[in-house]
Amino acid sequence: MVENDKGPRYNLTQLKALESEAVYIIREVAAELERPALLFSGGKDSIVMLHLAAKAFAPAPVPFPVMHIDTGHNFDEVLEFRDEMVKRIGVHLVVGSVQEAIDRGLVQEEPNGSRNRIQTPVLLETAEKNGFNALMGGARRDEEKARAKERVFSFRDEFGQWDPKNQRPELWNLYNTKVQVGESIRVFPISNWTELDIWSYIAHEGIKVPSIYYAHRREVFERNGMLFGVHRFCTPHASERVFTETVRYRTVGDASLTAAVRSDAATADQVVAEVATTRITERGATRGDDQVSEAAMEDRKKEGYF
Amino acid sequence: MDLLRFATAGSVDDGKSTLIGRMLYDSKSIFSDQLESIERTSRDRGDEYTDLALLTDGLRAEREQGITIDVAYRYFATPKRKFIIADTPGHIQYTRNMVTGASTADVAIVLVDARKGLVEQSRRHAFLVSLLRVPHLVLAINKMDLVDWSEEVYESIHAEFVEFAAKLDITDLAVIPVSALKGDNVVTRSSNMPWYEGPALMHHLENIHIASDRNLVDVRFPVQYVIRPHQNRSHDYRGYAGQVAGGVMRPGDDVLVLPSGLPSRIASIETADGPLAEAYAPMSVVVRLEDDVDISRGDMICRANNQPTVSQDIDAMVCWMSDKPLRAGHKLAIKHTTRNARALVKELHYELNINTLHRNSGVDDLKLNEIGRVRLRTTSPLLADEYRRNRQTGGFVLIDEFSNSTVGAGMIVGAD
Ligand SMILES: Nc1nc2c(ncn2[C@@H]2O[C@H](COP(=O)(O)OP(=O)(O)OP(=O)(O)O)[C@@H](O)[C@H]2O)c(=O)[nH]1
Ligand SMILES: [Mg+2]
Repeated sequence: MVENDKGPRYNLTQLKALESEAVYIIREVAAELERPALLFSGGKDSIVMLHLAAKAFAPAPVPFPVMHIDTGHNFDEVLEFRDEMVKRIGVHLVVGSVQEAIDRGLVQEEPNGSRNRIQTPVLLETAEKNGFNALMGGARRDEEKARAKERVFSFRDEFGQWDPKNQRPELWNLYNTKVQVGESIRVFPISNWTELDIWSYIAHEGIKVPSIYYAHRREVFERNGMLFGVHRFCTPHASERVFTETVRYRTVGDASLTAAVRSDAATADQVVAEVATTRITERGATRGDDQVSEAAMEDRKKEGYF
Repeated sequence: MDLLRFATAGSVDDGKSTLIGRMLYDSKSIFSDQLESIERTSRDRGDEYTDLALLTDGLRAEREQGITIDVAYRYFATPKRKFIIADTPGHIQYTRNMVTGASTADVAIVLVDARKGLVEQSRRHAFLVSLLRVPHLVLAINKMDLVDWSEEVYESIHAEFVEFAAKLDITDLAVIPVSALKGDNVVTRSSNMPWYEGPALMHHLENIHIASDRNLVDVRFPVQYVIRPHQNRSHDYRGYAGQVAGGVMRPGDDVLVLPSGLPSRIASIETADGPLAEAYAPMSVVVRLEDDVDISRGDMICRANNQPTVSQDIDAMVCWMSDKPLRAGHKLAIKHTTRNARALVKELHYELNINTLHRNSGVDDLKLNEIGRVRLRTTSPLLADEYRRNRQTGGFVLIDEFSNSTVGAGMIVGAD
């Protein structure tokens, strides 16, 4: 028999309480929605979500496919990890390619090279083509102020749009999963987790994550106060000096825009200790694109972004 | 470390969001880039000081209007506890969002503006908090800086609230004078109010005893999902997945499956990490039974000597959340535990006046944000407990069958 990590008797630790809530939500999706899919990018939040999905249905396999919207701007380590984990868990992977969507004219490359906004139409199209009417995402409310406002089951109209002023009431753990044809639902099972919870859980469960989440030596250059790794999608201008630094990635989004942070944390426990004392949010520290406007995230969500 | 969920409540502009901002700020739970961002926004708007409410009022419309529209969830931890905060809106138009935030809370903090005292909306929210049976209530008498830190003001609001609360079902009440703006009695005790001898709000929240709030007596396990691997290796495996809603379950327990009434025994309680010796709320587990009984989603596992009522006739308090009024004769979808059914509104007994708690039995509809008692007839039986005994097996939502929106929150009073 395993110990179930309870604190005082009949009181769950916060990690167990969060795990139990997420497992409940994932099972609810599988039970009530006809064709759900789980968004899986190989980033830490989606890794934790897939890990939770595997636990939710064990010993049976995960009863839905996973979907990745591939911006084409990937870290190789992350893409390799994605394929390895999908194989290990035994789920079917559906990929929507932003590059391919650019090539056939569905979307246009933006002047700043960011593919963050233009991945939305690809996401909507890929979901529609596969008949997915519910998408589970690894977004967390602590990430951003618009996300902090979103329901666990977030209803989207036929254009995939979020209407923040008209969200469905969501009481107790009773989730309304009803949608009309053409409409869809986004579900966020780890809404209530913080970055620290994610890392504590990774450490506790011994979950594998891509190597670039841990400290390594890398050629970097500084831009807008952030450290960018030299990468085929992210090259320094002539004026930007390249040097070698011990860094890790706190997020692994679009490789052309995601910055690294100075860090010596080489294990999950060391990352937990680092995150517990950090004074800057993960988006603030690493995302070149979220600082464009005060309401950048709210606007993107209204367009159908996660 | 355990987890405490709390929600703010109270009338518009009484300082809920500012209080949360102050709490996050004084407990050093704000990141430097978040702080810079709200400092910039405040400066650009011409505020005299940094508006800490901006930490939770994250929507464009909220910032433009200076009010909260929908619940914001924020997180912070002290060495004692992890906290999940739901900062809810005070405006009556957004009552359904307040109810959303309060439904899962262990503690509700009802704020009152010391200058104004209890207003209708403070009473409404205090009433909703008691109706939703949030186990602990804190009355925070705010803006004490604007009444010269007056003990008399505090005492008179305190007395008025206690009188009102006597008519409600409130089991645990603390009253704390604060200034959300200046930080008095939020994280640290105030030196401006030496007459107040109680703890600061944060200290109180860190020490509230919540373990005994959960029902550990009545075994309730709503079956959420049947796990059948369809693999050769585990061909005969059948497990019932769900979240424990009450009681403590152990392998070897004699149980009953509802609504069929078939008896069986718990063979094992499993998780992906291995079998468990016991399970209790809110654990998500898989229960296996010794007998091959026919069980599906929506069924409930309980004990023979302690069962919920199996009934199609339900009496409940309903908080109505739609512009289209509720009337007898309406048909709605109902979701109760993991069960879905349809419900016919047989009768509207009365509407409750929130100020006086008077029952108006002459009404023929229940309008947006009104609360009333109804009798429902459901297409299939619910496995119902009184909400006062169990929030999980006593609560339900009503869903409009045409728009699919959630239009009512129900709390079971009785079933027969
Ligand atoms: N002087 C003083 N002003 C305060 C205090 N707390 C809040 N305020 C001010 O009261 C106004 C309203 O504060 P909010 O925190 O937005 O009020 P709220 O309760 O969140 O309002 P809604 O969410 O819209 O219901 C703001 O201008 C605050 O600065 C206080 O303790 N003292
Ligand atoms: Mg507010």
